[in-house]
Amino acid sequence: MSDHPQNDHGHHHDHDHDKTFQPDHAEPTSEAAHIGLALRELLLEAGHYTLAEERAVMTRMQGASPENGALIAARAWTDPAFKDRLLSAGNAAIGELGFDLAPTEFTVLENTDTVHNVVVCTLCSCYPRALLGMSPAWYKSKAYRSRVVREPRQVLHEFGVELSGDVAVRVHDSTAELRYMVLPQRPAGTEDWSLDQLKTLITRDSLIGTQRDLSIG
Amino acid sequence: MTSPRFFVGQAVRIAKRQPSVHHRVPAYAKGARGVVERVCGEHGQPERFIRGDGAPATRLYRVRLDQRELWDNYQGSTDDCLDIEIFEHWLEPA
Repeated sequence: MSDHPQNDHGHHHDHDHDKTFQPDHAEPTSEAAHIGLALRELLLEAGHYTLAEERAVMTRMQGASPENGALIAARAWTDPAFKDRLLSAGNAAIGELGFDLAPTEFTVLENTDTVHNVVVCTLCSCYPRALLGMSPAWYKSKAYRSRVVREPRQVLHEFGVELSGDVAVRVHDSTAELRYMVLPQRPAGTEDWSLDQLKTLITRDSLIGTQRDLSIG
Repeated sequence: MTSPRFFVGQAVRIAKRQPSVHHRVPAYAKGARGVVERVCGEHGQPERFIRGDGAPATRLYRVRLDQRELWDNYQGSTDDCLDIEIFEHWLEPA
């Protein structure tokens, strides 16, 4: 035995189990989960889509993030003509930047001094996922979906959004084929900022409408 | 493409019915009166996807509802509203 203490291995544990470990997906147990798996196999077997197409969709979804929405919003702040196109025909406008949400209709809602917009899907959890990535868990919660339509000001207060009486609240229930993004207001004091600087201000929650004021830190 | 039956600004009522199949009109909006906010594109009907592609493609609208008419004791401003997507076969003139 050496004279090292017994628990000193003499090497660093610099491999990264802690960072890379992911638990296995749970084995499907519910009836719905089994039906889902069987349905996928049948769709593949019947040739409705291929594994390669499925993989391409997964890759695209995983590559999506709120940064895409931040780019679109910052572009709208700095280019009034683009903003007009974005508000009137969302799909065509984001197509200029290489994004495609068809066949859903991408719809941008502009916050102003007198209007605050907030988005919900009361029936399920519709969200522009292919553009903004996965929605937050609270967006899918029954509490948010049921409350934000009937007491939006209280829900916004709980998110830290304080609205005076002269600001109207517009709740948008995403019930069918439209997908929404809020265009937050550009903060004062950013007149000289570049598009790349502006992008960093825009948060996921501000694109959903559960945040109103953006901080320029 | 068929021409839209309703126009922006028109007063409409959302039908109050309960189909036995999947549909995309939440209970709180059934029977509500509102105004067409915008005319959207044509899309498959949710009620018909169970038998194929949702055909016929049907006009979709956004309807603006007044929050104070929608809920008892609504707390907010008189301009607060709720915009919701409703297919043409769920709308009637009000």
